[in-house]
Parts: sequence; C-alpha cells; structure tokens
Amino acid sequence: MEQGTLRLKTGLAEMLKGGVIMDVTTPEQAKIAQDAGACAVMALERVPADIRAAGGVARMADPTIVERIMKAVTIPVMAKARIGHFVEARILEALGVDYIDESEVLTPADDKHHINKRDFTVPFVCGCRNLGEALRRIAEGAAMIRTKGEPGTGNVIEAVRHCRQVLDDIRRLCALPEDEVANYAKEIGAPLEICLLVRKEGRLPVVNFAAGGIATPADAALMMQLGCDGVFVGSGIFKSGDPAKRARAIVQAVTNYNDYKLLAEISKDLGEPMVGIEISAIPSAERMQERGW
Amino acid sequence: MALVGVLALQGAFREHTAAVSRLGADVRELRQRKHLDGIDALILPGGESTVMGKLLTELDMLEPVRQRIAAGMPVYGSCAGLILLCETIEESDQPRIGLLHASVRRNAFGRQVDSFETDLAVKGLDAPLRAVFIRAPLITAVGPDVDVLARVDMAAHGGEGERIVAVRQGNILATSFHPELTPDTRLHSAFLDMLPA
Repeated sequence: MEQGTLRLKTGLAEMLKGGVIMDVTTPEQAKIAQDAGACAVMALERVPADIRAAGGVARMADPTIVERIMKAVTIPVMAKARIGHFVEARILEALGVDYIDESEVLTPADDKHHINKRDFTVPFVCGCRNLGEALRRIAEGAAMIRTKGEPGTGNVIEAVRHCRQVLDDIRRLCALPEDEVANYAKEIGAPLEICLLVRKEGRLPVVNFAAGGIATPADAALMMQLGCDGVFVGSGIFKSGDPAKRARAIVQAVTNYNDYKLLAEISKDLGEPMVGIEISAIPSAERMQERGW
Repeated sequence: MALVGVLALQGAFREHTAAVSRLGADVRELRQRKHLDGIDALILPGGESTVMGKLLTELDMLEPVRQRIAAGMPVYGSCAGLILLCETIEESDQPRIGLLHASVRRNAFGRQVDSFETDLAVKGLDAPLRAVFIRAPLITAVGPDVDVLARVDMAAHGGEGERIVAVRQGNILATSFHPELTPDTRLHSAFLDMLPA
C-alpha cells in the first residue's frame, strides 16, 4: 500500500474538475457552500477582499477555524499557507486538511523559495501567471495549478490574462521543433523534462483551475470556455448580496458553460454582486499576483 | 457500436471517457437531460457525490437516469458514482439513484492524507488491479442479490476485518476505487461486456 503518491495528489484534483471551490470563513458559510454544490471549500480567516482592506501581514488561518470548518462539511477542505512557509504547511497537514494552497493571497514568508511540496503527503495547489511559473510549481511538487488573477477584486481581467498566457505559452511550446525546446525551457525558467511532457500532451500535466476575480456565473463560464477545468470563487460569493443563490448559479454555470439560455436563466435576480476594483487603481506593490517566484 | 454515456456534471469524467474510447466504444458526455437519449450504457464518475446529486436533481436528470437503470441499462459507478447508486448512505439524506442494494459510508478511510493505492484482487480479473482510493467510500452492507467482487483488509487502515470495495448487482457495477486513473482498462472492458451483444 502506498500513500502520498503523485497519482493520489493529482487524482483528488481530477475529482474536483468541473466544480467550484468556495472561500469560507465560518462553519455556517461552509454549509451554505456545500448545500449550494461546492466541490470543496477553502477555509480562511478572512476572504481576500477583507485581507486587501485590512493590510498588514496575512498569515495561515487559526487552526480552530480550519478545524471547525472541517467538522461542518463532508466535502474536501483546503487551507492556505504563505509562500515558502513550510511550517504553516506542516501544521495544516497535521490538521488533516485535504489540499494546501501555497498562496499569494497571504504575505510571502520567503522571497526566493517556494515550499518543497514533494516532501508532503498532502497535495498542494499553486497560482501561476504563465507556463514557466506553472511548471516551476509542478516541479516543486504542486499537484494542481490555478491562475493567480487578482484576488479580492471581483475583476476577472487578470484571471483571463493569466489563463490566456498559459495557453499561449503551451501553443508556442507545441509548435517548436524538439531541438529548440531546451532553450525555450531556459527562457521560461522551467525544467526541460516537464516542457517535453507538456509538448507531447499539448496540455498541463495537472488540473488547472481559474482563480482571482471571478464574481458572476458569466465570469465562471468565461473561464471554463477559455479552457480551465473548474473555478475558485473567493470573495465573490460571501461578499455578494445573496451568497446561497449566487453560489448555486456559479455551480450550474461551471457545468453547463456552453448553454447560453441556461446561463441567462441562472443569472437572473442574483442580488448585488461584490463591489469590484479596477486593477489600475491598485498600486503595484499591493498587487498580490506579483508575489511568487 | 454501443454508445456509452459518461455523466459529466462534475468530477473525473474525462478519464472515463478516455478509458472507454481506448476500448473502441463511442462516448458521449452527459450534461443535460436531453443528452440521455440514445445511450446504451452509463458511467457515473468519481467526484463529489453531493455536487452530482444536486446537479442531477436541478437539471431534472435523476428520475430519467433511475428509470433507465431500473429498465436494465448497464451502469458503472466509481467512488462518488458508487455512492449515488447506493440505496443507503450513512449519515446523509443527499439525493441518490438508490438502486444498488447496499449501504455506503462516505470518506470511510479518513481524509486526503489517508488516501492510498494498492494492488487489489478483483473477482473476474486474471491478475490484481492497481486500485486508487481517494477519500474513498466503503460498502458496509449488501443485499442477497449483490455479488461482492473485491474487499480490502482494514488492518492497514486502523480497522478490523475486511470491507467491500467492489460489487455487481445485475446491470449495476460499482467500485470504491478509480480504475480510470490508471492505464489498466480491464475493469472498463468487463463493464462493456455487460452490454447485450
């Protein structure tokens, strides 16, 4: 019997495909998310919009909060550790969380190194803005990838940019003759072996979700049509007027992302969406997507 | 040529589609009620059973699926698919198809850190199969018409005795584990053999 294998780690991400992972801060929110059809929840102390508003250093959530949320639902529970903070990650692993997000939403703990994720039994998801970043994280052991987007903004433009960039990089890689792949790998800062694998398969070797700015069913369907395997919705649900209804609608949008009549139907009367932020209004030092190396 | 429908509301439907395609069958991914027309067999993939049950209900697919299976259409459920097929789900009133005479315990081995893979003897297969258990369920009781195909020894998982992880009841095949995550297609092949010639 083997545990903590790459197949078990990437396998759980495969099970999440076509689903919505929702940020929650209380057991009550976790239950609302589960009842609405979330395929997993992300247990947090504060959603990204509130982290952004609060400023200061954002750290791993209090284990009490994570444990209460784990007790409240039967679906997988994820939690965030700071970039490079392998002790926070070990604590989350000891708590029994099902997935760890090594996340730019929290303040990084290391300005050069990410966590050596191969070393853990629990699987990790990491953010990326392009193929090089995605493949560096996979090389470190990430079993699932998501776009970074710009968390806590309710503005989908950065998630779209990052998703398109990854796809564009993959298309370029696939079009290269094999003897030019080594130089491409060097240019994007990714291991050659994984570049060769991506070139052969024409896709990332792990599941790729959209994250960072998704606020409506239409946003979710847009990301699915662009080629993502599922979506994370952070502040978009519990910062909106009617979280349960919006959550249900986003779940349906991710399954039937091509059916515009159905999308029109489920987009009706969802109440107030979260208040969005124009990206250019955020000083570059406060952009979370710049965190990670 | 048989047309196999793979429920694609959420979960590991892509892997099942690939496995069945490799065996030469035609496949259709099912996302709405109208997609059920004309399929000869059905696969319910792994994923989250609560999500799939909810979407089956909201999309008015649960009853038509149940009727087709009750009328004899071969169905294979892995992991969450198994849960959807079971008559009794411990500590849950979630929506289900409920035609398999069995009781199931969800997340029976624990959380993701307790997920495991192992070589498993399965009745009807010539050699053990690499069985991948991810937050897997266990069958805790079966009716007299259910044929047990595989069991795991619970000693390795902090339990006692053996527990059921694969069953067949007439046109219904179900496993706690995920053959779709390995290159081995023997179980899918056995499922396709359940179609009338």
